[in-house]
Amino acid sequence: MKRNYGRAYAAPEALWLTVFFAAPLAIIVVYSFCKRDLYGGVLPLFSLDAYRSLANPTLIAVAWRTLWVSFIATVITILIALPCGYSIARSGNQAMRLFLIIVPFWTNFIIRVYAWIAILGNEGFVNDVLRALGLTTDSVQFLYNQGAVILVLVYMYLPYAILPLFSTIDKFDFNLLEAARDLGATRMQALRKVLIPNIRGGIVTAVLFTFIPIFGAYAVPLLVGGKDSYMLGNVIADQVTKTRNWPLASSISMGVTVLTGIAAILYAVVSRRSSHPVVEESGIGPVSATAGIPSGGQA
Amino acid sequence: MKGSDVTVSGISKSFGAFKALKGVSLEIQKGEFFSLLGPSGCGKTTLLRVIAGFEEPDSGIVGIDGRDVSGLPPDKRRCNTVFQSYALFPHLTVFENVAFPLRLRRLPNRLVRELVVKHLSLVQLEAHADKKPSMLSGGQKQRVAIARALINEPSVLLLDEPLSALDAKLRQRMLVELDAIHDKVGITFIYVTHDQQEALSVSDRIAVMDQGNVLQIGSPQQIYENPASDFVARFIGETNLFMGMVISREGGFATVEAPGLGEILVEANGEAPIGARVSVAVRPEKIRIGTDSPGPHEELNVFRGLVEEPIYSGFQTKYLIHLPGGGAVTVFRQHANWSEGVPDIRWKDEVFLSWSARDSVVVESDARIVSSAAPAK
Repeated sequence: MKRNYGRAYAAPEALWLTVFFAAPLAIIVVYSFCKRDLYGGVLPLFSLDAYRSLANPTLIAVAWRTLWVSFIATVITILIALPCGYSIARSGNQAMRLFLIIVPFWTNFIIRVYAWIAILGNEGFVNDVLRALGLTTDSVQFLYNQGAVILVLVYMYLPYAILPLFSTIDKFDFNLLEAARDLGATRMQALRKVLIPNIRGGIVTAVLFTFIPIFGAYAVPLLVGGKDSYMLGNVIADQVTKTRNWPLASSISMGVTVLTGIAAILYAVVSRRSSHPVVEESGIGPVSATAGIPSGGQA
Repeated sequence: MKGSDVTVSGISKSFGAFKALKGVSLEIQKGEFFSLLGPSGCGKTTLLRVIAGFEEPDSGIVGIDGRDVSGLPPDKRRCNTVFQSYALFPHLTVFENVAFPLRLRRLPNRLVRELVVKHLSLVQLEAHADKKPSMLSGGQKQRVAIARALINEPSVLLLDEPLSALDAKLRQRMLVELDAIHDKVGITFIYVTHDQQEALSVSDRIAVMDQGNVLQIGSPQQIYENPASDFVARFIGETNLFMGMVISREGGFATVEAPGLGEILVEANGEAPIGARVSVAVRPEKIRIGTDSPGPHEELNVFRGLVEEPIYSGFQTKYLIHLPGGGAVTVFRQHANWSEGVPDIRWKDEVFLSWSARDSVVVESDARIVSSAAPAK
């Protein structure tokens, strides 16, 4: 009999997940049920204090804002990424265009955020141009508000949305668009009724790849945000480094994980279901699912 | 008669330096089963796409029912296409694929259901309404594509090599079915194919195309029996082409001196003056083969030769006969009465070939074809 080495081959991944995902998560779970120590760290005593503190109205307000900012940033990212992915998939030199999408990754994340400060800051490039054109005398305050946070978040996560969208659109049979036009669909109808349902898998991946990391954003709101753009990531960081309430930081983290987890599952289920048109009274039964649900990565 | 007439006049289309269509003009009648036949790259699919509205011609006009539709997008033309790749929507069931055009028009559910069921039964697919296209066989996919293209009740159905992905047996069956559907719906069919058998067996008329030009338009019989050029003669069926020079004319006949063969008597109506270089086409099945001399006859061409390659294929045998002068002739002999003891003709037998002058046709000699075909002989 042949031995099946399938499981053995998967061992490196299991190890990787254990060390970098399961173990840290376990530590956070344990910490969240502990009592806080005065100067950081935890006391090994069971307590629900950290979870009781979650009911704080300020914290809930920040949570709502985080959801809102993540939602808006994700929607904008997808709306920009869709035409980008489409045009790359249909262009003659895909390799070059994909390369250009990847280029920004050669620069450190934080440096790229600072680049935006150099562009939009009071003494930044845009303000210099505006002053030179005589449109303003003072500086325009672009930074340190929610708009700046959303702008930079969209910029940061755009490639993560473009790449999965590109790869599904690239596999799409463009003859189908012609068929749709032939059958009476306008250009927009063809895209909406034929392209979008057939690249659903890519859209789900792109949404998860942007929404989840943006929900946990920390550096961007810290560097380009203001009072109105403090997000859950910043609260957690403050609890760890300033207030030194590690159990609370852990319980908020748990909240973020659970929320994004629920959001991802809900979204995947809903989009899977709606990809099948319901045919009333025709006796046409439900059919097998097609949309492959990608595993969302936690950033 | 239902359907529309389609007029194509002076259509040219280039893709970069490649001229796909060079001023093509056609008139297709209402309800006609019209085929565009030619080798790949001849421009037939481009012409179909121009009629459908997918390609904007560089010049020329497409008219449907006398109305100029140039510039109209595909969704505004009363024609629908059956694509070579079927182009079924993979995310929709068979039912919803066929219903797609109706959903776009927001027809009430009851009417949609009625029309879809009607069209699915036209292609005998009622039982497969719930399936996804990926669960269907090639022939079934093809039928869905046909039902979907017909549900808008177009006045012209465009078919782009619809059977090319099917195996030979199935292709035959689908062809018969297509013909039946054409009879039933009665609209104009424009059928693109590179397969001359398909075109001959279902078309009312055929346009033979090559290199962006229409070479001949006619009924299958006209195209087959009276090819306009040696390209058409070669492309449609098998044929013997003899190059030669007209040496004499008498009545409706001309005598052509063909190197390697000798003198051939052909029927000719004015188009072959003495001294003209012409091609003579003779279909292999028109030539009688026998071990005895057929006897003298005024209008008969008779040659003697040696059997080189008998190829038996059941219903007939194909012989390659070498003539003393160096020429070669292909002959088909049907086995209609094998049992009656017709003398078997074998390899290296000496035989007599004969055909009526009326069965040999003078065709336009296309220099390009001649030069490209000459080394092969």
